[in-house]
Amino acid sequence: MIPFDFEYYRPDTMQEATDIFRQLESEGKTPVYYSGGTELISMARVGNVIFDAAIDIKNIPECRVLEYDQDNNLVLGSALTLSEITESNQFPLLGKTAGRIADHTMQCKITLGGNLASTIIYRETVLPLLTAESRAVVASHDGLREYPINEIFNQRLNLEKGSFLVKIVTNRGFAESPYFHIKKTKNEKIDYPLLTTAGIKVGGMLRIPFSGLCSYPFRSMQIENILNDTGSFEERADKIADTVSENILNDTSGSSEYRKFVLKNTIINVLETMKDV
Amino acid sequence: MFALSKRSLIKLNVNQEEYEVFIRPSDILLFTLREQLGLTGAKPGCYNGDCGACTVLVDGLPVKSCLMLTAEAIGKQITTVEGLKDAPIQKAFIEQFAFQCGYCTSGFLMVCHALANRHPNPPDIVIDEWLQSNICRCTSYEEIGNAIRKVLSGTCK
Ligand SMILES: Cc1cc2nc3c(=O)[nH]c(=O)nc-3n(C[C@H](O)[C@H](O)[C@H](O)COP(=O)(O)OP(=O)(O)OC[C@H]3O[C@@H](n4cnc5c(N)ncnc54)[C@H](O)[C@@H]3O)c2cc1C
Ligand code: FES
Ligand code: FES
Repeated sequence: MIPFDFEYYRPDTMQEATDIFRQLESEGKTPVYYSGGTELISMARVGNVIFDAAIDIKNIPECRVLEYDQDNNLVLGSALTLSEITESNQFPLLGKTAGRIADHTMQCKITLGGNLASTIIYRETVLPLLTAESRAVVASHDGLREYPINEIFNQRLNLEKGSFLVKIVTNRGFAESPYFHIKKTKNEKIDYPLLTTAGIKVGGMLRIPFSGLCSYPFRSMQIENILNDTGSFEERADKIADTVSENILNDTSGSSEYRKFVLKNTIINVLETMKDV
Repeated sequence: MFALSKRSLIKLNVNQEEYEVFIRPSDILLFTLREQLGLTGAKPGCYNGDCGACTVLVDGLPVKSCLMLTAEAIGKQITTVEGLKDAPIQKAFIEQFAFQCGYCTSGFLMVCHALANRHPNPPDIVIDEWLQSNICRCTSYEEIGNAIRKVLSGTCK
């Protein structure tokens, strides 16, 4: 049971969504955009979030699109479920990443936009997007704007109040690049990550973002420069671990020392498996 | 735009029947099914998406009804274990002794039923992925796996 009341709106257009958001705010209410609802419901149940209205964006056609546009870009609506993305196999690395978030039944409900905008620290679906230089299309009261994901996602998805993520646009070449995906958990296969990396190789260079290593997902040029430098795999892994060591998470899933150990092994693993690709 | 601003009378399609129910917009589907419609097959467990005891089908796909608003289900086809009515997977569960206390059973039945309908011939990895959505405290996993494989192989109809 959710211990408070709220209003429910299901707009059919982007304009209706931003209009109702603005109207509710002007009435002194707190609206939220609602997509898969998995985080909003579980947080609302225990009082970690309270809102006056849920604006369900799943009926907006632009949020449900899954197609290539005329410029050969893959367009993925923010309200696509993780399982729809995996089953489509249009962006294999994103599909693989989505297929290791929560469990299969949850993947039929969690959406791409909801995962990117969620408050949990992992937001694993951003990893493939950061490496593939995807672009985020955002609707606000002033219309649509497109942002490089590497700008709008800095530790978290930074959206202006009242705006929402409509779709993600990715160049076909990046979406189909050779890739690697490694998710390490503390114990069970289905769990939050101790460390996840999901990257690609482009023009002989590896791109390697992380989730679970720090308290936010990220991609770092400094790390990638070391990764693609010369030197033995072990030396590169050690150097990378040193550059991030201050920010490595230390919690009940894993101490920072253990995560550092997992990080080094993962880097060596990536270098070995991708060396001839 | 569809809007529900207060406690209202809505129509739900459950097990191919139309029901009229009064709901709060913040009601979760699990609560409406159990408390309003008396369909107690979907079980409350963790309320957090972890255990799968509350699984129902929404337009043929498994969904944990503790993490779905009733309002979201308007216009969709909901199937609960009460709607299976002698499906092959039910017979297979009995033949394979795929339960002990039975608390997790309806959730597992729904996942297995959806899997058999959507993937008539899935590889083992797909069967495992689907079944990993649910937890059985009595650890009937081996027998549950046998039951779904019987149905998929056509040896239990
Ligand atoms: C059992 C379980 C295990 C999980 N394991 C993992 C894991 O290992 N790794 C991982 O990354 N995630 C994991 N998750 C998923 C994560 O915790 C969230 O539940 C999920 O990502 C939320 O997605 P949603 O579509 O349900 O979002 P919602 O609950 O609808 O929304 C989440 C937040 O995003 C906002 N929002 C939603 N859509 C948009 C949009 N289009 N534009 C702007 N804001 C928006 C909402 O306002 C809200 O603040 C797990 C979840 C569960 C239940
Ligand atoms: S009660 Fe819904 S998953 Fe446990
Ligand atoms: S049979 Fe008891 S929990 Fe599964």
